[in-house]
Amino acid sequence: MRTGKPLNLLKPVAAGAALLAALLLPWLISDYRVFQFTQVWILAIAMLGLNLLTGWCGQVSLGHGAFFAVGAYCSALLMHHLGVPDWLTLPACALVSYAAGWLFGLPAARLEGLYLALASFALAVALPQLLKHPLLAPLTGGTQGIALDAATPPAGWPFSVEHWLYALSLGSLLVAMLITHQLVKGQPGRAMRALRDHAVAASTLGIDAAALKARVFGLSAMYAGVAGGLSAATVRYVGPDSFDVFLSISLLVGIVIGGLASIPGSVLGALFVQFVPHTAEQVSREAAWAIYGLFLLIALWAMPGGIAGLGRGRARQR
Amino acid sequence: MEIFLHQLFAGVTSGAIYASFAVALVMVWRSTHHLNFAQGEMAMFSTYVALALIEAGLGYWSAFCLTILLSFVASMVLERMIVAPISKAHPLAAVIVFVALLSIFHSLASWLFTPVLREFPSPFPNGSLDGFPYLSWHATGVVALIVLELMAVWLFFRSTRLGLAMRAVAQNPDSSRLVGISAGRMLALGWGLAAALGAVAGMMIAPIIYLDPNMMAGVLLYGFAAALLGGIDNPWGAAAGGLIVGLLDALVGAWLIGPELKLSFALALIVGVLLVRPAGLFSRPTQTRV
Amino acid sequence: MVGRPIMTLLLEVEQLCAGYGDISILQNINLSIGSGQVIALLGANGAGKTTTLRALSGMLKVSGRIRLQGADIAGLPPERIAGLGVAHVPEGRGTFSHLTVDENLRLGAWLRRDRAGIEADRERMFGHFPRLKERLSQQAGTLSGGEQQMLAIARALMLKPRLLLLDEPSFGLAPRLVDQLFDALHMIRQQEQVSMLVVEQNAHAALSLADTAYLLEHGSIIASGPATDLRNDERVQRAYLGE
Repeated sequence: MRTGKPLNLLKPVAAGAALLAALLLPWLISDYRVFQFTQVWILAIAMLGLNLLTGWCGQVSLGHGAFFAVGAYCSALLMHHLGVPDWLTLPACALVSYAAGWLFGLPAARLEGLYLALASFALAVALPQLLKHPLLAPLTGGTQGIALDAATPPAGWPFSVEHWLYALSLGSLLVAMLITHQLVKGQPGRAMRALRDHAVAASTLGIDAAALKARVFGLSAMYAGVAGGLSAATVRYVGPDSFDVFLSISLLVGIVIGGLASIPGSVLGALFVQFVPHTAEQVSREAAWAIYGLFLLIALWAMPGGIAGLGRGRARQR
Repeated sequence: MEIFLHQLFAGVTSGAIYASFAVALVMVWRSTHHLNFAQGEMAMFSTYVALALIEAGLGYWSAFCLTILLSFVASMVLERMIVAPISKAHPLAAVIVFVALLSIFHSLASWLFTPVLREFPSPFPNGSLDGFPYLSWHATGVVALIVLELMAVWLFFRSTRLGLAMRAVAQNPDSSRLVGISAGRMLALGWGLAAALGAVAGMMIAPIIYLDPNMMAGVLLYGFAAALLGGIDNPWGAAAGGLIVGLLDALVGAWLIGPELKLSFALALIVGVLLVRPAGLFSRPTQTRV
Repeated sequence: MVGRPIMTLLLEVEQLCAGYGDISILQNINLSIGSGQVIALLGANGAGKTTTLRALSGMLKVSGRIRLQGADIAGLPPERIAGLGVAHVPEGRGTFSHLTVDENLRLGAWLRRDRAGIEADRERMFGHFPRLKERLSQQAGTLSGGEQQMLAIARALMLKPRLLLLDEPSFGLAPRLVDQLFDALHMIRQQEQVSMLVVEQNAHAALSLADTAYLLEHGSIIASGPATDLRNDERVQRAYLGE
């Protein structure tokens, strides 16, 4: 338990300082760096969503890249075919990806942890091929994907385009963090943790596990979808190969390294995923993922507490 | 009719490959209760190693045997040094380890061997059997080799001391230790055997679909589908499941869905089995221990 | 031919503490077993009897000293302790239920290399438990409770152990079967030259077999002495002989 005032002040002060730094950043760095940090906020949103499902609720998903893709394509289609402005696509992304997540979550809710991981893994592996299918091509642009026109910030925005996208993403992240905080603190959070730590006992506490899992799935997919939508707006391109199994893997890597069941951890994870491969890519493009994987193993080895989120007080049956 | 026969034999061939890979997955499951998501990438990496050995001048069968040996040993070391210590924390921690291994092997292969599509030699003569235009020598050879391989595995488990010990550890690790069996060594052995099986599967399929880092994605998914279909703890079921899945893939793939949906079909199979009959067709029922 | 217990100490346990995670069960257990002796460990449910056996066979982390013929075995893994001649028939029998009776017996002798000796021992096992020979190729899980118990003991004896640890052999068996089983244990004691530590709730049966007995309560030994003495001990009578 936390003791004494000095410790209590540390967290809000640190958070405040971080927020200030984040707000001031675009004026201090190059446009390219702004773009990179925008990616960080986007990834953080997706990771927050995955953390809800995996960190707080104990269900491992290896397929969240799929919901990211759903949001990205949704946004791209609205922008490309209907000229909807980027920020306006976000509610649609949220809705569509929530539905997709909930629909996947309904049957998935009946699967035990390892089998859920397997099913979601299969989803992630199969997705790019599915997106390239000729039948879906009118919608998805097939192998080519969809290229979008340059972004335009809303009328009256005094700063650069990159700054606009940065602000939009950061703002969305802050909203996401707030929602997560409220959820986790309250009754839903307790129900999720009960499900994570004592799955069999949870049902005796009156928690409808299947319904809860489906809803948490939907919610976490919604986060990923919004992130995807922002990504489409920022990168101005969606294509099947952008959403392969390694996207799902990097989301998982982020929350494991950043900290399971932790809100700031999701941001830390996003920072890691965005910048470490870049440095690794200096060595070699292909080796980047090998170094990634190595980091992951080292993190697991050195910080078993990172996995404590999955294993805390749990007598998990096989 | 011609197309049907052609597809039938293609299905049997790929079915044999899926079967051997599924048996590898079941082997790991039975001893460790883990699903090794990295099995495919490990097999792919082994296949690249085989190619490198062949290009370095080794004859095909020498490279074949050496690759199997190397895969066996490397996998045992991997299990002891990395998988076992980290997985102790929690079974789902193992998932993350496998994902890390998947990334590492995939990426290492791209880096060391470049991600370009490569041809992989077949040890069997070119062309089809005389009088049997639908059955290529490669297909026949593959099926024969895999049947022999699976029989060897079966004999190993039935008749050898080590095989008995491994079965004991899979069933009851505590009692096994009480009779003096080192459970840890048996687990490592299980991983080694699985890697050997995977390497063979990789080397058999590479001549058909060409070698690149993404080669084993389909085999992995179909392997899982087959293992689930047969009952995840049942090696016979896995073999039967592999054949069924191979035939489905060939026949349904030819007429209903086309090659562009191969992976999605595997996904549908996996989700379907998990929802409709998660215990598989041939497995023993298990209970949840509270 | 039953001789007097020999003076050499087979097992010496000093200040043994053991438990599960943060929960400590055994507090400073002291006991000893002489070569050729049979010791009974009595106690109610939850007293720590099973924990004691698991501590001795290496299944638990322990603190304290466990010496097997002078050699310290505390902290060794179960595989090593089995290799030193300690056979543990665990609670619930621990048979490999999906393997055949034959395979169970072969596993019992897994550490041994002497073919002829193993064959001879198998025949002797069939002598003690003829039922097993009839059911050789049957799956162990399909055997009755009594037969599984015999199989478990036979499997343990195939190790050719110096010390046999038995966890509640009478558990779940009808009285007639219990008698049969303990008669077999008497014979085994004479013919196999093995020392035994028998954990039992059925004090009557255990005390009829044992030379010395210990009484365990809440993780500590509260009484010990010759079996005949303990049979008359009020505490034992009160709790376990059905008074």
